[in-house]
Amino acid sequence: MFLLLEVTACVQRSIFLWLERPDKEQRDLLSRWTELGTDGPDLSQIRPVYAPKDFLDVIMALQNPNYNTGDSTGTYTLWGLVQLPLKLNDVNKLRLLYSDMAINQCQTGVDDVDIPPEMFDADRMKLGRKVITADHGPLAQEYAKKGCPISLRGDLWCQILGVIIDEFDVLYYEQLKSNVIAHDLLVDSLLYKDVKLTATNDDQYFVFEDFLYQILLPFTRDTDVLKHFGKNSASPPKSYIRGKLGDENFAVVYPPNGVIPFHGFAMYVAPLCYLYQEPVKLYYVFREIYTRYFFRLHSISSHPQGIVCLSLLFENLLQMHEAELFFHLKSVGCQPLRIAFKWLVRAFSGYLHSDQVLLLWDRVLAYNSLEILPVLAVSIFSFRKTNLLKVQSYNAAEAVLADLTTLQVIPLVQLSLFSK
Amino acid sequence: MSGKQTVRLKYACDQDKSVLINNFEARGWIPVGADDDWNFYWANVQSIRSVFSVDSGYRLQDDQVVNHFPNHMELTRKDLMVKNIKRYRKELDKDNNPLAEKDETGRFVHLDFIPQTYMLPADYNLFVEEGIGIFLVNKLSQLKKWSRDSKTSNFVPPTSKDTYVISKYIDNPLLIGGKKFDLRLYVLVTSFRPLKCYMFKLGFCRFCTVKYNASMNELDNMFVHLTNVSIQKTGDDYNAVHGGKWTVQNLRLYLESTHGKEVTDKLFDEIDWQIVHSLKAVAGGISNDRHCYECYGYDIIIDDNLKPWLIEVNASPSLTSTTSSDRIMKYKLMNDVINIVIPPGEPPEYDEDLAQSDPITVDPKNKLGPGAMGARGIREPKGRPSPATWK
Repeated sequence: MFLLLEVTACVQRSIFLWLERPDKEQRDLLSRWTELGTDGPDLSQIRPVYAPKDFLDVIMALQNPNYNTGDSTGTYTLWGLVQLPLKLNDVNKLRLLYSDMAINQCQTGVDDVDIPPEMFDADRMKLGRKVITADHGPLAQEYAKKGCPISLRGDLWCQILGVIIDEFDVLYYEQLKSNVIAHDLLVDSLLYKDVKLTATNDDQYFVFEDFLYQILLPFTRDTDVLKHFGKNSASPPKSYIRGKLGDENFAVVYPPNGVIPFHGFAMYVAPLCYLYQEPVKLYYVFREIYTRYFFRLHSISSHPQGIVCLSLLFENLLQMHEAELFFHLKSVGCQPLRIAFKWLVRAFSGYLHSDQVLLLWDRVLAYNSLEILPVLAVSIFSFRKTNLLKVQSYNAAEAVLADLTTLQVIPLVQLSLFSK
Repeated sequence: MSGKQTVRLKYACDQDKSVLINNFEARGWIPVGADDDWNFYWANVQSIRSVFSVDSGYRLQDDQVVNHFPNHMELTRKDLMVKNIKRYRKELDKDNNPLAEKDETGRFVHLDFIPQTYMLPADYNLFVEEGIGIFLVNKLSQLKKWSRDSKTSNFVPPTSKDTYVISKYIDNPLLIGGKKFDLRLYVLVTSFRPLKCYMFKLGFCRFCTVKYNASMNELDNMFVHLTNVSIQKTGDDYNAVHGGKWTVQNLRLYLESTHGKEVTDKLFDEIDWQIVHSLKAVAGGISNDRHCYECYGYDIIIDDNLKPWLIEVNASPSLTSTTSSDRIMKYKLMNDVINIVIPPGEPPEYDEDLAQSDPITVDPKNKLGPGAMGARGIREPKGRPSPATWK
């Protein structure tokens, strides 16, 4: 697996995968635990293991050797980059799935802004508070289909995800934290680099830099996360004790949670920092969201919500509904997926304004599906169609779609699903 | 946004800042010198003194507007601001105004918004300049030590005009991500009597780049405690992409998500009221020259009980942009200021009726939003001492 090769290449350069920290360093780290953002390790030798565009290259290369495209000229070849015939929801099924977001229904994110509160927002808040007191996950999930009001979102997500913090959970987190202090992993440097490259440079999330370390570093030590590989067709990368390469008796999962961070991984955590002030709660919510949804965004699998299917869904929807745009972009050398892929992998975190990301993730949790991500991507292309039809190069197309921070997510999704 | 004005006005500008010049050029205005016949003068605090001075000053014509009030220091000099606010409070207290309600410990419930401040006699020679003169003292003896150790060669004997302000440091600021921040809000005042003020919707928070640490030995570390961007810019961790700045929208989102809607709304409500009180406190003292308007920069710190404290008011808020979103915001600010002061399509002129009546409805495309709104429940006093209108 190419990831493991990258990581073991570091071993040859005698950067250790796993090193025990001396006592003095341990004490120092413990005292600096809440301000790891300052004075991190030397990152000049570190670069991210892979970025979304590398991942896209891998996906493009996937082919089904059993599939006969019909004739040698490949008239049935799909226009897009993903060349796999996978079964997906079409737009009618999507409309059914997301029927609670139809235009004739009031939504948080659209109708709580401009219309007077008596018409929608006040009732929504009252209902929301009742839902929270009921403390029932599926109920909260049903409520969230129309979006969560900002002040209730933190509690609602905890209920939907089933995150209840008791003393054992706090102890477990402290245990992970002491693991971080005791041992230094190479992955830590990757995470540091990632945070410094992404969240620290983002004007919405730079404030939370230190929280990100407090979440991501223990995350890598958390072997509970390995359970999610039961749903994932990937398997965790393994490493071998020095000198025993290939001997299964000396194989260890590396990093302990089986997840090698890629460029942009920290952005999965960043929007959550707006919701929770205590690191422990933030940790468990992140872990739950990751093991339920986000791991699918960077693993190769035929699961209908895996990134491969989401990419294909994006391309299919765009071809069907904006055929002229797709063809134009393809003919100027710009495959739409190349631009949209990074949005999908990161679930739009860091590309949209923070409150819009949270509104989007409300729907991911509520409908228990990541399919809204390609739907949104299609609607963005649709929205900027006039400018996109004028571009003549890949760079120009990228420039049109570079800044998404002014977009309002929910009206866009409604526009593309329910107004054709 | 206004298009080209039908009348090409003449402007003079003391500051070479792109957010200003771009706004003037977008309107097709003509640059002239400060001594020429201008319609719109964006002046420095220093040059405004000569405009209004008894000796060298000149009468402003009906079609001239200038961006400072003659004695704005009643609000913008900290010692005068404190004096005015304390006097305002006493007056309301004497009149038994419900606004001056006090709690069991004798502190004002609604009017307690400046940190405890003392004026010093002028024995201590402290330079007062942006951030360079802000010293943190935890013992009064430190002050005496500074004045003795002052290495300045140009020791200026204290005059009766020099007063120095010592404010009790707010040691429990609200921290976000463990970092201290303050709030910068912009308020445009076109008239003090009647009070007409406009609050700009897009403010920002300035974060310290280093973790906040209340311990004594960090008192010397300027980066931890002072949020002025001019200081933060020189720190190692300063990031030029976001400049340590957050929009007020982000702050609202964070506070509503973590603390709930009611306390967040109450916080912003209180901020609005503090601004209004501070303006009302000085309204009587500022000469209400009809050619004047002023765009103030309010610095506010929020403590961890979500109570805002007014730190100071700037007559010349910085128009330098540190990041691109900063530049956009300040451009919009100037654009709205000019549109309000000189409504598009007309040259500035003094209209007797307009000055006395309520302002016309604001163009909804303006980013400027209404200031404190009417119905406030119990905090609305039954009889207002002076008419105050704002949008």
